[in-house]
Amino acid sequence: MSLTLERRQAPTAPDAVEVVRRARRAPRLHHRRLVAGLVLALVGAFAVRVLLGDYTVTIPDFVRILGGEQIPGATYIVMESKLPRAVLAVLVGVAFGVGGAIFQTTLRNPLASPDIVGVSLGASAAAVSAIALAGWSGWSVSAAAVAGALGVALLVRAVAGDHGGFRLVLAGIGLAAAMQSVIQYVFTRVDEWDVQLVLRWLTGSVNGVAWAGIGLLAVALAVLLPATAWAARSLPVSELGDDAAAGLGVGRTRTELLMLLGVLLVAVGVAAAGPVAFVAFLSGPIARALNRGRTTLPAAGLVGAVIVLVGDHIGAYAVPDLNLPVGVVTGAFGAPFLLWLLARGPRHALRGRRAA
Amino acid sequence: MSTLPLAREAASGPLGGGRGRRPALPASVAIAVAALVGAAALSLLLGARAVPLDAVWDSSHPLHPVVQARLDRTLLGLAVGAALGLAGALMQGLTRNPLADPGILGVNAGATFAMVVALTLLGTTGLAELLPVAFVGAAVAAFLVHAIASIGREGATPMKLAITGAALTAGLSSWTTGLLLADRKTMESFRFWQVGTIGGRGLDVLLTGLPFLLVGAVLALAGARLLNTLALGEDLARGLGRRTTRDRIVVGLAVVLLAGTATALAGPIAFVGLVVPHVVRSLVGPDHVRVLPFSMLAGGVLVVVADTVGRVVLPPSEVQVGIMAAAVGVPVFIALVRRTGRAL
Repeated sequence: MSLTLERRQAPTAPDAVEVVRRARRAPRLHHRRLVAGLVLALVGAFAVRVLLGDYTVTIPDFVRILGGEQIPGATYIVMESKLPRAVLAVLVGVAFGVGGAIFQTTLRNPLASPDIVGVSLGASAAAVSAIALAGWSGWSVSAAAVAGALGVALLVRAVAGDHGGFRLVLAGIGLAAAMQSVIQYVFTRVDEWDVQLVLRWLTGSVNGVAWAGIGLLAVALAVLLPATAWAARSLPVSELGDDAAAGLGVGRTRTELLMLLGVLLVAVGVAAAGPVAFVAFLSGPIARALNRGRTTLPAAGLVGAVIVLVGDHIGAYAVPDLNLPVGVVTGAFGAPFLLWLLARGPRHALRGRRAA
Repeated sequence: MSTLPLAREAASGPLGGGRGRRPALPASVAIAVAALVGAAALSLLLGARAVPLDAVWDSSHPLHPVVQARLDRTLLGLAVGAALGLAGALMQGLTRNPLADPGILGVNAGATFAMVVALTLLGTTGLAELLPVAFVGAAVAAFLVHAIASIGREGATPMKLAITGAALTAGLSSWTTGLLLADRKTMESFRFWQVGTIGGRGLDVLLTGLPFLLVGAVLALAGARLLNTLALGEDLARGLGRRTTRDRIVVGLAVVLLAGTATALAGPIAFVGLVVPHVVRSLVGPDHVRVLPFSMLAGGVLVVVADTVGRVVLPPSEVQVGIMAAAVGVPVFIALVRRTGRAL
């Protein structure tokens, strides 16, 4: 009996291994292709943002400008306006995309993104207070933003307790309203009401940022993104929930560390460009959908960068003579998406992973 | 103050069963009226500069114009607060949702957006023309939020309503900002209005909105018994012979009139409509015949007190009443979220 069984299985066994191997390889291949495609999309969007618009720059001209050559008019527009805006858009988009995806996956709720639960607005409130009331600048503003984001994140956690889903989102919405009031109060305290200031800290904007601020964000991301990549190795296990993750040998501290990195990413992004609405909320779910329902932080970051770049381009050129900040554009188009997600029903939107 | 422990006891008892231990109706009325008079008096006397009592009566006193200006804003605050408190109580009764508030559920944002559209794109000026626009915006927003939150098997839960309202508010405020950016002049005049303020508006503003507020209040108070029946649940209310759809439309119309007018007069003020009904219910019980009038009084008191505190808390600048309302309202909101967390 056993002999016949063995004989029957022997020729098929290698095939089964091959089938499993191929099935396991397929998502990884798909992910690699997806990331490559998104990088291409990002490069395309970047080129459009820098080269096209009211003033068209040819590619040879662009290369010459980067080489340090002075072309009257073009050099100034590219180096002082278009290029810093585009670079900042990419960096901020990556920070918000990855930070938002970390929140959504570790809390296992697509609605628990930092811009909905008030973390972005907390960072913004702290940053604008530091700038307008205390006169800080540079690193100290980023530090204030980090403190504000951490404060709100801890407060939301303390209020929500262990009820990750509903309570957390509602408590976050309440705190977001409070943070918005703080920001509005700061505006009434500044001597001269500055529209640009209001737009940056209430809606998010990449207009008129100096290279120094961009360098600061780049340095912060150069530290935070590798740390996130290291900490996120356990993400697929953390996604299963605290108990299952603990059973598989991934302790809570690993998840907590990942959350901390998410808060930091969002905070440094806000310190540079303000709370650009809904980028953190949108990037994760879009990247997931593109990746056939599997979580992916790199793709989320790339999607975020593309969203901010395209949003900034639309804001700058969609309406003639009107330079809309990117946060207005992402808010105007992101909110309908959130409403659609809610309208699709609780099975998808509110329970998130468990039902999916 | 000595009534507080009594009230808490009553509130923790079974619904309707604690009537005997609650303060009697005359006592509640006396407390409410005293609070109203006290708040109004403080609002007249306090501010960046406190005025002596005789300046209030003596029209030749050098500080009399200050009192006059404060009288205007006090009256406006009372009207707006009463409207918001009443609208909140109506919404909480209508949706049987402890988190309902015209600010949280996006009604104020809808009115704001509609008004900004009229101001910037249609060139409408003048409050009288803007008011109907605000009503339309408020009605459309209220309907949208309710419709979207109702999709799905468990219907419009407090959680879904609040999130839908927040999403709609965020999206509408983006569109509002975009429209205002195109029109700097309107933006400058909207600067303080957008935060929610009752200062420097003048008596004519109040007089324009007053008829609508009165109609809304009459509709609301007439609807108190409808809400009591609706509180039993849709099926039971229908079984008792109520036409629930018609009842809901009457109450909804009152909400739109009250919240729309309040937003047009003072800007989008959130959380007043959330806090007031809860406090009132803990004092006078769940009967809407009592909750609605007391919510009116308490809303007026809250807005006037918040405005007065905002004037003196951080001199020399003023903290707008919208910001003060959030400072009071957010802790209450979070406490409610914690308490009702399981039911969500």
